[in-house]
Amino acid sequence: MSTTLEPLLRKHPLFSGFDDDSIHLITSCAKNVRFHEGDLVAKQGEPADEFFLIREGRIAMEMPSPQGLMRLQTSDAGDVVGWSWLVPPYDWHFDLRAVSNVRAFSIDGRCLRNKCESDPRFGYTMMKRFSKMMADRLEATRLQLIDIYGAPADTTAP
Amino acid sequence: MSSVLHPPDASALQAGSMLPEPWVVVSRLEENADTFTIELRPAEEGTLRPFAPGQFNMLYAFGTGESAISISGSPENSDTRVHTIRRVGTVTSALDRLAPGDTIGLRGPFGSAWPIEELPGRDLVFVAGGIGLAPLRPAILHALAHRKDYGRIVILAGARSPEDLIFHDELLEWKEEPDVEVKLTVDRAGIDWYHHVGVVTTLIPQADFDPANAVAMVCGPEIMMRFTAVELNKNGLPDSRLFVTLERNMKCAVGICGHCQFGPEFICRDGPVFRYDHIHHWFSQREV
Ligand SMILES: Cc1cc2nc3c(=O)[nH]c(=O)nc-3n(C[C@H](O)[C@H](O)[C@H](O)COP(=O)(O)OP(=O)(O)OC[C@H]3O[C@@H](n4cnc5c(N)ncnc54)[C@H](O)[C@@H]3O)c2cc1C
Repeated sequence: MSTTLEPLLRKHPLFSGFDDDSIHLITSCAKNVRFHEGDLVAKQGEPADEFFLIREGRIAMEMPSPQGLMRLQTSDAGDVVGWSWLVPPYDWHFDLRAVSNVRAFSIDGRCLRNKCESDPRFGYTMMKRFSKMMADRLEATRLQLIDIYGAPADTTAP
Repeated sequence: MSSVLHPPDASALQAGSMLPEPWVVVSRLEENADTFTIELRPAEEGTLRPFAPGQFNMLYAFGTGESAISISGSPENSDTRVHTIRRVGTVTSALDRLAPGDTIGLRGPFGSAWPIEELPGRDLVFVAGGIGLAPLRPAILHALAHRKDYGRIVILAGARSPEDLIFHDELLEWKEEPDVEVKLTVDRAGIDWYHHVGVVTTLIPQADFDPANAVAMVCGPEIMMRFTAVELNKNGLPDSRLFVTLERNMKCAVGICGHCQFGPEFICRDGPVFRYDHIHHWFSQREV
């Protein structure tokens, strides 16, 4: 199986520039997964032992709110979903649900964590790539928070 | 294909004057809780003037006051003018109370336009935030009516919530057109929403356009346009092929009173559509 996954993982921007050994290791931690529309992909509070690279379809991040269950972010083909595997206590902070049928790679987080611990150079590169992703998400979340489509306050000269 | 693009010169397009003319409300449609669309026809002959997508009219609610409102209807062979209005204060609330048969005053059209007719062969990227879809709609309708003149058409629309999205059904119809990509996103949604959730800028990397040839037209609150420009730049589209439309409180609409000054520009006279690199400098400055 890994021989078919390897070229696809090697091409993914998350792993670009990694040497052959690292790609082999990542491939050995990866598997193909499929979800049907409506499937719960991950559940808040449960161990985050994996993350996903979406190949096709859409996954939504859901959280309970006073108005009921809310969708706060969606991810599509090419996106990386989940960073809880990298940050203690390694639990999902939200639910993930397949909004459509989804094909994805699931990467075993424990397996990659071990590699990060034993190979700090690899670990640092992974950290940098996930930090960039988290920073992008944080910026997008801030924009969601400040209500960028709202009516502007008066910008008029009196 | 000219490589240097400009919005059509506002002075060449100005048709309106200082004197409002009577127009009659033909129909009215609720878009969402605070936004409605009215269709107007001239009460007197000879007052229907052609407009270019992106231009606005001054709508006068008698006894209350005037507001600048973009034309949101099709520029093709129409004998009415359509305006989509968000109720925010005194004048827009008075306009909200209008019913079919009522008369209002109208001056216009005014201002510069989207350079849509200068763009044959180009990929078109429309990015709208909230009610910003209204001033873009005439350009989108023009592009769809002349579909073969353009490359790919991408329409990215963001709103606070699914209920805040305007022209929702029409957006879904446009999505069915050949080679038209429509992506909708909201800041938050319930579990019955199947489109994107996230700020509109996150749709840009997924959109299928050729950055070497595309022209973007962006309309929404200034902060949304600023972040959209950054993301378009990151995806290879330069400020010189990016157009935005600006709003400032406006009184005379003919470049005299100075109410709508933005840096060295008067929005009514030089805008509201600007090429982004021409005003970029002022965009990043507060209190301008
Ligand atoms: C060129 C142009 C095109 C426009 N197109 C549209 C359109 O298609 N649809 C639409 O709903 N609105 C549009 N506007 C904005 C519209 O003109 C204002 O919302 C309206 O004039 C507000 O008048 P009011 O008396 O209802 O509100 P006011 O009582 O004057 O003000 C209420 C609130 O709205 C804010 N406000 C007032 N005027 C503006 C303005 N021009 N821009 C931003 N905030 C403002 C005030 O700061 C205040 O917070 C456009 C403005 C311009 C300059």
